[in-house]
Amino acid sequence: MSEFLQQLLNGLSLGAIYALIALGYTMVYGVLRFINFAHSDVFMVGAFLGYYLGKFIPENTVGGGLLILLGAMLGCAVLGMTIERLAYRPLRGAATLNVLITAIGVSLLLEYSGQVFFGATPRTFPAVFPSANFTLGGLVISSNQVVVIVVTALLMVGLQFIVYRTKIGTAMRAVSLNPKAAQLVGVNNDIVISFTFGLGSALAGAGGILYALNYPSIDPLMGVMPGLKAFVAAVLGGIGNIPGAALGGLLLGTVETFVNGSQWSTYKDAIAFAILIIILLFRPAGLLGKASVEKV
Amino acid sequence: MLTVKNLEVCYGAITALRDVSFTIEQGRIVTLIGANGAGKTTTLRTISGLLRAKQGGITFKGEDISKLPPHQIVARGLCHVPEGRMVFANLSVDENLAMGAYLKTDKAKIASNRDYVFNVFPRLKERLAQAAGTLSGGEQQMLAIGRALMGEPQLLMLDEPSLGIAPKLISTIFEKIVEINRTHGITILLVEQNANLALEVSHDAYVLETGAVAMQGPSAELRNNPDLKAAYLGG
Repeated sequence: MSEFLQQLLNGLSLGAIYALIALGYTMVYGVLRFINFAHSDVFMVGAFLGYYLGKFIPENTVGGGLLILLGAMLGCAVLGMTIERLAYRPLRGAATLNVLITAIGVSLLLEYSGQVFFGATPRTFPAVFPSANFTLGGLVISSNQVVVIVVTALLMVGLQFIVYRTKIGTAMRAVSLNPKAAQLVGVNNDIVISFTFGLGSALAGAGGILYALNYPSIDPLMGVMPGLKAFVAAVLGGIGNIPGAALGGLLLGTVETFVNGSQWSTYKDAIAFAILIIILLFRPAGLLGKASVEKV
Repeated sequence: MLTVKNLEVCYGAITALRDVSFTIEQGRIVTLIGANGAGKTTTLRTISGLLRAKQGGITFKGEDISKLPPHQIVARGLCHVPEGRMVFANLSVDENLAMGAYLKTDKAKIASNRDYVFNVFPRLKERLAQAAGTLSGGEQQMLAIGRALMGEPQLLMLDEPSLGIAPKLISTIFEKIVEINRTHGITILLVEQNANLALEVSHDAYVLETGAVAMQGPSAELRNNPDLKAAYLGG
């Protein structure tokens, strides 16, 4: 039983990170109807921003850790908005396929410029938060897991507030439902789309820091696998659906951790993608998505 | 108030408007009538900035608006209720109205505009928390008009308000359109396939035929015009 709870806890803290990344995929899909493949590399840049900020900010302090987290979120928000402005906005109105190919191009650009600027050798991410292990009953809880779960929970509550309680959040949902009608009530869709990229990228930046806390070896290609998993999570929950992305992330992280702790651990990545295939075959709209016919 | 001059609009290689010119005086209800494909909707979409004209001018309150993006045109007091209503289906009625006031910052003014909308369409007040997509066609049309009214239009453009609505509600909606014009002095540009109805409620009318104005005049006169009768009013 305690082993089950231990795995559940590990799974939720991994899933929380997938969820943070998945939210960015799903929000951008919501407003622009395409998958921003460069998103996973924004996550990587978040981790590297944390790494470099760590050189100036004292390690092992809660305040310093939060500062690094905020710095990475801010930096990634700016990066995400820049990518949108330079790469995607000129293609507004172009076929989705063109935008998709561009996204893959931006992704490769970030990965390989990362290798130029950061170097291809993995770096060790600093211990930005003080760390300790607690035992509760038979469970071992690391303080980093607590940080991951608490930070993710707070970010999700914040996101929920922005999307459902603020003017810009209502505008995001309006643009997602009907971009033309949004323009006709006076929404500048470009600003809303830019804001959406900023918001999603900030979450990816936070995800990058939290991931690096638990898996402290970082390199310019580190975003590829978590990014793909988060994409699976977004599809699992229903692409375009915000609570769905959170649910999908938590579910996928938990399943992956349980598989990893079993005799089939070699297949943990395969199982994540098997889930994608099964979802696409039997419930293409995802767990929380509504079935709709997409005109292509 | 609005002058459209020699408007030419194309969709790729297809010319939708060849040469459309008309003028709308303040306080009037003006209707554009014509068959399917004559260019009525295209005209409205070009005025509100969703489409770009290839040639021609659009002047609103003395200012050339033909190069402005839609959100800046709305900001100038020209609101467009699009064909098919286009309410935000998953948003509540309340949120739809809030979106209508997107560019407004004066809270007191927004509240009084809301009261005015509820005064015109009491039904919306009963449905505030309901998702807009679950409303009936007529109620959605009320919401679409209400949403546009939240933007404090000086000129309100309505595209086919009778489309897909229960016949019983059509007359209600047209009464409300006249009421909005009379009591609030909002100038109205009405596009309508139901020419009889449109000529009944409007002051002036323009008849579009294959992308150009074929006939124009006071609505009361056009209603008795034998050519128009034969073509659009069912004899």
